[in-house]
Amino acid sequence: MSSVRQRYPEHFQRFGRDRFVMAAIGFGLFALLIYAMGRLGFFDGTLLSGLGRLFEIVGLMLPPDPGSWAHVKIYSISLLETVAIALLGTLSAAVLALPVALLAARNVTAQRIVRFLSRRSLDTIRSVDILVWALIWINVVGLGPFAGALAIMTADIGSFGKLFSEAIEAADRKPVEGITSTGGSHILGIRFGILPEVFPVLMSQILYYFESNTRSASIIGIVGAGGIGLHLAEAIRTLELQQTSFIVLMILVAVAAIDFLSSKLRFAMIGRRGGVAV
Amino acid sequence: MSTHVVRLPEAQLQPLLAAYNASVRSRRRHTLLILACVVVAMLLASVSAEVSLSKLAENIHRFPSYIVRLFFLENGQPVWTDLSEWFWGLPRWLRLLGETLLMAYVGTVLGAGVAFVLAFLAAANVAPSRWLRIVVRRFGEVCRTVPTLVLALIFVISFGLGPMAGVLAVIVHTFGVLTKLFAEVIENIDMKPVEGVSSTGSPWHVVMRFGALPQVMSNFTSYTLLRFEINVREAAVMGFVGAGGIGQDLVEAIRKFYYSDVSAILVLILLTVAVIDMLTSKARHRLIGLEGKA
Repeated sequence: MSSVRQRYPEHFQRFGRDRFVMAAIGFGLFALLIYAMGRLGFFDGTLLSGLGRLFEIVGLMLPPDPGSWAHVKIYSISLLETVAIALLGTLSAAVLALPVALLAARNVTAQRIVRFLSRRSLDTIRSVDILVWALIWINVVGLGPFAGALAIMTADIGSFGKLFSEAIEAADRKPVEGITSTGGSHILGIRFGILPEVFPVLMSQILYYFESNTRSASIIGIVGAGGIGLHLAEAIRTLELQQTSFIVLMILVAVAAIDFLSSKLRFAMIGRRGGVAV
Repeated sequence: MSTHVVRLPEAQLQPLLAAYNASVRSRRRHTLLILACVVVAMLLASVSAEVSLSKLAENIHRFPSYIVRLFFLENGQPVWTDLSEWFWGLPRWLRLLGETLLMAYVGTVLGAGVAFVLAFLAAANVAPSRWLRIVVRRFGEVCRTVPTLVLALIFVISFGLGPMAGVLAVIVHTFGVLTKLFAEVIENIDMKPVEGVSSTGSPWHVVMRFGALPQVMSNFTSYTLLRFEINVREAAVMGFVGAGGIGQDLVEAIRKFYYSDVSAILVLILLTVAVIDMLTSKARHRLIGLEGKA
């Protein structure tokens, strides 16, 4: 045993340097956590008194109750509006993002400057939050669901542009070479060489985003851009807690239904193996 | 040199050609049908969402002019001519940005901490009890489906205006998302080490510690870092509903048409997010590199 210990000292060391560094990092992160919690008011009683009130509020939320049938009707219509906003935003973003994605893809666009510019503008669009876009579009077309659809469209052009261009760059080069070798132009190479190959990937990304956009569309109403968020924010602010939980329940059911449908559609289109790279 | 292409006799060629054309036609019909369905859905949706292209065409000029307006000061000069005027509120904004980062940090660490424990109860291959697993899964699902801002609104009622409500919303959402991701990582581990440790008669938590944990640790850290990036963005908009952070000032500037303030705050947020993204992606690559070496 001692000879083994002598031969491999590094495996018997109790605390190596790596371990020490890890411990130091861990301690630093923990200290930061405690400091941050103190700064945010975790230790001065807000948390405890708030938790008591939170339980009270959750108690008041149960059971979910819309109040009256008229409310159910209003909520259902605005839920449909929410889904419509998500659908319009997603599809129009997909249509608009495809040309930009082609410009940003290395194997399609040779000019480096065009690629660079389209990438940077996609990055900028993506890093502004959807709620900010909603507020900007409200300034342009006024309050209402139209502004919401435009906001989702704008924010999604950024994400789709990036995802699509990555999918296009990952495409196999051989079909394009085949088409070019028969005398086809660059455009024909893209149309018949790249697009058929990436189309299923793009579709699955669009479907995935449709689902997540339904969630986003349900909150942009909070800033006045249409959909069920408006009623939700109103119900919370006026402390109609049973209505609040009813609306939240409606959103959960709608998102689950769309999740179910879109995964069915995705499997129907691309088979079980096609995953989403997000 | 001449090449000779073998060509089938006409009589044999005809039916083959017809079959090919028919199959192409049916695929075309199929595509057109789907396209028609999509168009009809779009039309119905645009009725519901009150789309009006004429309104858009009339007002679209306001969009670029709004964006341009963001980069001019009150006195009509472009913002970069007077940086001290553009960033007049820098100390306050930096403090709020710091608060935003702390919110994201606490939210990520605490959310990931709870998810770390519960994920072992939610993973199909190692969960000690089937009922517990189902309960944890459903709970996580609810936590991640309720939008963060809605949670923040509810927390604002019970904890009052301020960062506490925002942090709790981030914690709950992070917990919901990470429980799912962590459980999926655990479900993909190699079961042999787990079997090895449990064959020594060790209790469940020891089996997890030495059989499962070493296999999942790097993936967990990587997912947590990714989540931190996302949480910084989320924490930046928590202020929209009064739940702390820089969002409060941003939404006020937008609502009150303080154009240059909007662009200043947006620039600060974008810079912070970019720096955080860079740092975490560096850390993640180091982590992957370390794993490759080991």
